Amino acid sequence: MSLPWLDHLILVPILLPLLVGAALAPLTQGWRRLKFWLSYASVLGMLATSLALIQLTDGGHWKDGMGVYLAANWSAPFGIALLADRLSSLMLLLCALLALAALHFTQMRWGRIGVHFHTLFQFLLMGINGAFLTHDLFNLFVFFEVMLAASYGLVLHGYNAERIRASMQYIAINLAAALLFLLGTALIYATTGTLNMADLAARVPQLQGDDLSLFKIGASVLALAFLTKGAMWPLGFWLPTTYAAASPPVAVMLVLMTKVGAYIVLRMSLLIFSDSAGGAAGFGQEALLYGGMATIVFGAAGMLSTDSAGRMAGYGAIISSGTLLAVIGYGQASLVTAGLYYLIGSTIAVAAFLLLIELIDRIRTPRSAMLALTMEVYAVEDTPVEPVGRGVPAAMAFLSLAFAACALMIAGLPPLSGFVAKFGMFHALLNPIDGSAVPTAGWTLMTLIILSGLIAVISMMRFGVRTFWASGAIEAPKLHRSEVAPVLFLLGLSVLMTVQANSLFGYLARASDDIRSPATTIERVLTHPALPGPTTPTTPATSLDEVTP
Amino acid sequence: MELVISLAIGIVFASGIWLVLRPRSFQVLAGLMLMSYAVNLFIFVMGRLWVDAAPLTPAGKTPDPAILADPLPQALVLTAIVIGFATTALYLVVMIGSRGLTGTDHVDGKEPEL
Repeated sequence: MSLPWLDHLILVPILLPLLVGAALAPLTQGWRRLKFWLSYASVLGMLATSLALIQLTDGGHWKDGMGVYLAANWSAPFGIALLADRLSSLMLLLCALLALAALHFTQMRWGRIGVHFHTLFQFLLMGINGAFLTHDLFNLFVFFEVMLAASYGLVLHGYNAERIRASMQYIAINLAAALLFLLGTALIYATTGTLNMADLAARVPQLQGDDLSLFKIGASVLALAFLTKGAMWPLGFWLPTTYAAASPPVAVMLVLMTKVGAYIVLRMSLLIFSDSAGGAAGFGQEALLYGGMATIVFGAAGMLSTDSAGRMAGYGAIISSGTLLAVIGYGQASLVTAGLYYLIGSTIAVAAFLLLIELIDRIRTPRSAMLALTMEVYAVEDTPVEPVGRGVPAAMAFLSLAFAACALMIAGLPPLSGFVAKFGMFHALLNPIDGSAVPTAGWTLMTLIILSGLIAVISMMRFGVRTFWASGAIEAPKLHRSEVAPVLFLLGLSVLMTVQANSLFGYLARASDDIRSPATTIERVLTHPALPGPTTPTTPATSLDEVTP
Repeated sequence: MELVISLAIGIVFASGIWLVLRPRSFQVLAGLMLMSYAVNLFIFVMGRLWVDAAPLTPAGKTPDPAILADPLPQALVLTAIVIGFATTALYLVVMIGSRGLTGTDHVDGKEPEL
């Protein structure tokens, strides 16, 4: 008896980038074109897989919409389990879409400097996909490290002094966060004796006394690690510098990595600290709520104070992180759905903006100067070809319209997805489930979200006016199709999200129902049967009486 | 024994924190390494302290949990050591790159103005 082949699809988002990344490593730069297309094919494969997984979870192929994959056929609490449910499948899709845009953008320039760009890019995708899928704490650590190790290399991509300085801090902070991750995991293992998340959720209600407080300490230390990644105030100071320094396609993936932190926090807090978790129920929610609000304030203040577009995008990501964390900490079921919609919309918005920044920068700086800056030190074997000929017509019109669209999405103004997300959140906040009055925290959160939107509008307008209207004699920059297409693609996704808001909200409501019912997850993961071996053991297992002397 | 081990972990970790907060990148690196040693010991200890207990079961016997050390933290620590080693090596490379590019080993990439 073997596993139905559809179940193996759960493993594809991890295996595919691993194998492709490894295959690309020995190829030299002479094979550049091949490397690009292999990498591209791998991302397309991931896209198809994630669509298939969404179909399988939402289409009722798997019971309760959860596909469980037991690594090496060890049953759940003992081996590593991978879990594909509606939420993780959707995150895989988001990852594949962003990767597609980022990779397409590298075609003309960024993929041509640095030999191992595509290898590192694939390994980064492997780490992100693994973090979305795994259901084991320590395995999560390993995937985090894979993701981070690849991102260290990618932040350095296009090696210059600014990038080195930014990545020194980025690496040091993430190494420290990894240590916190280990400390938290070790404490949780010591108190509960398990690392499987479902098993953990099943055991936590029985914890009492010292064990319970130790477990809470462990969980807090662990949360510190995720929140450093998710850039909660005061742990997110590294973010704007790193985003502004990284090359645009890499920064797009970094935006997604911030969301990985928020995703894990969401999943863990709903699974392990659910209402049925006994003494640990609702642990840390207030910290998340107020921390999230402080993060919004920090991000908004930063956005107002900065002049550089890269840092503005970084602060935009911080605001979106803060909003998400506050939504998670608010602890209202209907809010999670809108929060997830916001997660997807804001990720796409910031990603599109980051790609656009590089194109906008060409208005200001002569292209050759910028290229020289990029390759200041890096010994490039062949100078990347400037995107000449086949330029895009009406480049200025495209840039300004795309910029306006990004500004609308980030600020949350109608008609694009940012508005729908904020509308959904306000609707949920104004309609508490039990019909009671809206608490002060709810009003505060709404005020902060509106204010941060206003500040985003102000700073984006200021930037837009300075760039497009007031920069004196500007010359329309040359843009290549491969650079314009990803921006259009991301903006198109946002339009699609707006048009299809109803069905997307329906899917997200089902996804948040899944993650809010720990009992189902526990039952599905822990009772998933391991397959019987190909041959039954001939000698019976040693029984107890043989040992007794 | 518990006291000795916890003191050792605490002192190593505290020294690591102090070093990480220093301005020179080599000190930061040494601090991160000390902290990771402390964390590795910590993970190891989380499987409880055992003396003379093997983590493996002899073949053909039913294991008696009372005389066995918990093998899982030992496996975890091994993974953590390997990953920590690799990332520290990477940091070292970036550090050397920064030294070459900026001419200083200060973490900000420039000497503080006196």
